[in-house]
Amino acid sequence: MSQIMNVLITGVGGQGTLLASRIIAQVAVDLGYDVKVTEVHGMAQRGGSVVSEVRYGEKVYSPTIPKGQADVLLAFEKLEAARWLDYLKPDGIVIINDERVDPLPVMSGKVKYPEDIIDRISQLKPKTTVADATQTAIECGNVKAANVVLVGILSKVIGLPPEKVEEAIRKLVPPKALEVNLAAFRRGVDWSVHQ
Amino acid sequence: MKRLMIGNEAIARGAYEAGASVATAYPGTPSTEIVSNMARYQDVYAEWAPNEKVALEVGIGASIGGARTLVAMKHVGINVAADPLYTVAYTGVNGGLVIVSADDPGMHSSQNEQDNRGYGQFAKLPVIEPSDSQEAKDFTSLAFDISEEFDTPVMLRVTTRLSHSQTLVEEGEPGERVLKEYKKDAPKYVMLPGYARGRHVEVEKRMVKLAEYAENTPLNRIEWGDRRLGIITSGVAYQYVREALPDVSVLKLGLVNPLPKDLITSFADQVERLVVVEELEPVIEQQIKAWGIDVEGKELFTLLGEYSPEMIAQRLAGAEPATSSQLDIPPRPPLLCPGCPHRGVFYTLRRMRVTVMGDIGCYTLGALSPLEAMDACVCMGASIGMAMGMEKARGEEFAAKMVAVIGDSTFVHSGITPLIDTVYNQGTSTVLILDNDTTAMTGHQDHPATGVTIKKSPTKKLDIEALVRAVGIDNVRVVDPLKLDELEAAIREELERREPSVIIAKRACALIDPTPITSTLFVDEELCNGCKACIRIGCTGIFFNDDEKKAAINPNTCVSCGMCVQVCKFDAIKVVEG
Repeated sequence: MSQIMNVLITGVGGQGTLLASRIIAQVAVDLGYDVKVTEVHGMAQRGGSVVSEVRYGEKVYSPTIPKGQADVLLAFEKLEAARWLDYLKPDGIVIINDERVDPLPVMSGKVKYPEDIIDRISQLKPKTTVADATQTAIECGNVKAANVVLVGILSKVIGLPPEKVEEAIRKLVPPKALEVNLAAFRRGVDWSVHQ
Repeated sequence: MKRLMIGNEAIARGAYEAGASVATAYPGTPSTEIVSNMARYQDVYAEWAPNEKVALEVGIGASIGGARTLVAMKHVGINVAADPLYTVAYTGVNGGLVIVSADDPGMHSSQNEQDNRGYGQFAKLPVIEPSDSQEAKDFTSLAFDISEEFDTPVMLRVTTRLSHSQTLVEEGEPGERVLKEYKKDAPKYVMLPGYARGRHVEVEKRMVKLAEYAENTPLNRIEWGDRRLGIITSGVAYQYVREALPDVSVLKLGLVNPLPKDLITSFADQVERLVVVEELEPVIEQQIKAWGIDVEGKELFTLLGEYSPEMIAQRLAGAEPATSSQLDIPPRPPLLCPGCPHRGVFYTLRRMRVTVMGDIGCYTLGALSPLEAMDACVCMGASIGMAMGMEKARGEEFAAKMVAVIGDSTFVHSGITPLIDTVYNQGTSTVLILDNDTTAMTGHQDHPATGVTIKKSPTKKLDIEALVRAVGIDNVRVVDPLKLDELEAAIREELERREPSVIIAKRACALIDPTPITSTLFVDEELCNGCKACIRIGCTGIFFNDDEKKAAINPNTCVSCGMCVQVCKFDAIKVVEG
């Protein structure tokens, strides 16, 4: 079981987690691995908590990542990092986009957004890094490319060859959004180099 | 060259490679992408049917007519189609007929988690269960051959985790679309009692032959390993078993009805301990127990929700559960989208404190906080009939404070006949048809009242207003659900009337028709007194700033639909044009 790379991508419905998981999966396919991706459609996509699971290796059986076995958790939103934290290995890596999307109980003022959530995650998982992908994407020309900034960071962390990731981005992103997304990806790759 | 495909796309590919030329469905998560993928093949006739019963009937006609035909639906759709299903089991087929049941263990997007393998036993149909996308493609192709060889419809049973997981598929060549000869054969296809008795004999003979086939079919296979534990499993549960217990012996069943008695008996004899792992009912287990074979199943595994590799490792290999970090964080339930026309309806119904008989769609979210404006929701089309029953039980006075709420696609699916019942049996219901011009929840499929087919070509558009008048509703009006005053006045007037009424709340889904945003909203902090009336509409476009004790607009999500502007009694939410 240990020879499989398990990547959990979490966020809020509508944040673009699907494209991120598709890029990672495509790179793994191009590298010749067995790959499985699973995500749940339907009601959860209406602003609810969403998760994509990407697994690759020589032979992958379960499409879902067993609890406690994810190598990397890539969270598009801070609470959604905390929500799925138990799926991570004890020494797993957490990459968190420094983005806050209030869920309904917070929006309505019933409960407070846990401001210290990143500190609490970092205490439990020492290999936690935080990135402001939203700001980086704006600098690249489109806030929507935040997901590809995060793909850049992730691909560096799990050791995917950048040229292969760029190839996958070219396959999966519409031509008119390509330049912005490639720039966003490169910023993501550079970001993790300097941390 | 292998490529990633969700299970649903692979099923469509398998049908295409097998030469299927007709595909029909009513959309329903997790089945929707099967027939939407079939529609991409130019030489396949694909359609969205008004409901699953019609889809299957179209499928039966196409099969009798000689075409290989794929019919797809979610698990509860099979209930709608059950009437033709049980009897097409008697008629058998001409062109191969494969019926996909996409079940939803865990109820990711459904009202129950019934296990439709039970239909196989009940309706006497072969049931095939793949465990990944490659098998979904290959088994679908094989299902067409089985259908024609044994003269039977075949049920392909999948689950959400197969339908929506992407795994690698090696594509084959597209098969030829062969139309078999049609010959009139009333004793086979006209199911009146005299003929049906003859067909029942054929059904029972066929099940015996299929049971023989089950012993040697490539759909079933044994993977020998450590013989101290033997697992019998099917579907995605097989993948979980292999993940959790790589060394044990496994009998993987791809044909789960009828079961191969000799193969199972022989496997049982060669392992020390026999366990069935199946999602979700003990369908395989009970048959094995009935044969007197010592087997464990639901003593170990739950009848509730999706399975996982870790669950299997804990029950059968003594694995410890992963540690919990005990982070107490707020939940994130799904919400109606910013600008959603349904929000205005449920906000108004909540304000009016009426009883709401609800239905299936995005608008079922109106039951959840903060709108909480729904009393009951059972199945597609049930709202109107339930309102009628409520009225007959509790009287007209009660009905004057009650509405039925149903979406446009759901109304066409199965809301018309209960409306006829209301007229015929003199109910006084007020029915709100929430017409957002699409089937939104499943991903924006067209339907008869959108005037567009699955292949995006224009067609005759069903006129809902004329339809409800034609069934005898004299009080019909159309309102914009985001004009709250007009909507409330309309509901009040129709509730007072001691006659049945239909209010069509008409506005396109905010996701398919994003009205160009020509204005932006902001909260005037001088005027906002922090009453939270705007927060109670449950929109991600506006939130409560707890430090300032004021409402604030989230410019990233707000689409300026203006609903919060209308609910603010202090005119604190302002519109800036341009």
